[in-house]
Amino acid sequence: MLPVIIDILSWIMILTGGAFTIIGAVGQLRFPNFWARLHAASVSDSAGVILLIAGMCLQAGPTLITVKLLVIGLFLFVTGATSTHATASAALVSGLTPPVLKQKSGEDNSADKSEKPGS
Amino acid sequence: MMFVVAAFALIVAMVCLLVRLYVGPTVYDRVLASNAFGTQTVLFIGVLGFLTGRPDFLDIALLYALINFIGTIAVLKFFRYGSMGDVVKRPAKSEGE
Repeated sequence: MLPVIIDILSWIMILTGGAFTIIGAVGQLRFPNFWARLHAASVSDSAGVILLIAGMCLQAGPTLITVKLLVIGLFLFVTGATSTHATASAALVSGLTPPVLKQKSGEDNSADKSEKPGS
Repeated sequence: MMFVVAAFALIVAMVCLLVRLYVGPTVYDRVLASNAFGTQTVLFIGVLGFLTGRPDFLDIALLYALINFIGTIAVLKFFRYGSMGDVVKRPAKSEGE
């Protein structure tokens, strides 16, 4: 009985992981500006990766394959966030200001306590 | 069989990312799309390993994940500093949109 449950559970995880990957990719395609696309990219990076790798781990069972998969999952988990942050900070510093900051800095410079972004 | 569905889902996601890679107005859209594309490739290699029943694909997937991250950071550094870091000079107000 147990293998059937594990099978079903892993299939569910793999399907939802694939769905999240598609959602993230389509979101990255349709969002208006760079900053919204950052959010969409992190959707497929986090949920898609974790669900797919967890589903594959269940499929592989307690073997070396699961260890490799967990190492890949851990690494993707760490570098996904780091590279997205690096991209965002590089874009911000090079002058690509998010629309929200443009409106705020445009209206009242004096009351704005947070210092202006960019060089 | 379900891995075929997962592989198809990953291919659809990759095609969307390629379109964003082509269309992306700013450089950083393209860097983001290529980074996401690399992550999908890692997952795709893993799924292929399961499909063809060859567990050694996962080593390739792990290596690809490492290289993808390094590549993204290298491209970002190039566009941010205008050079690979031999002479780090702060560029003038470079292009934004």
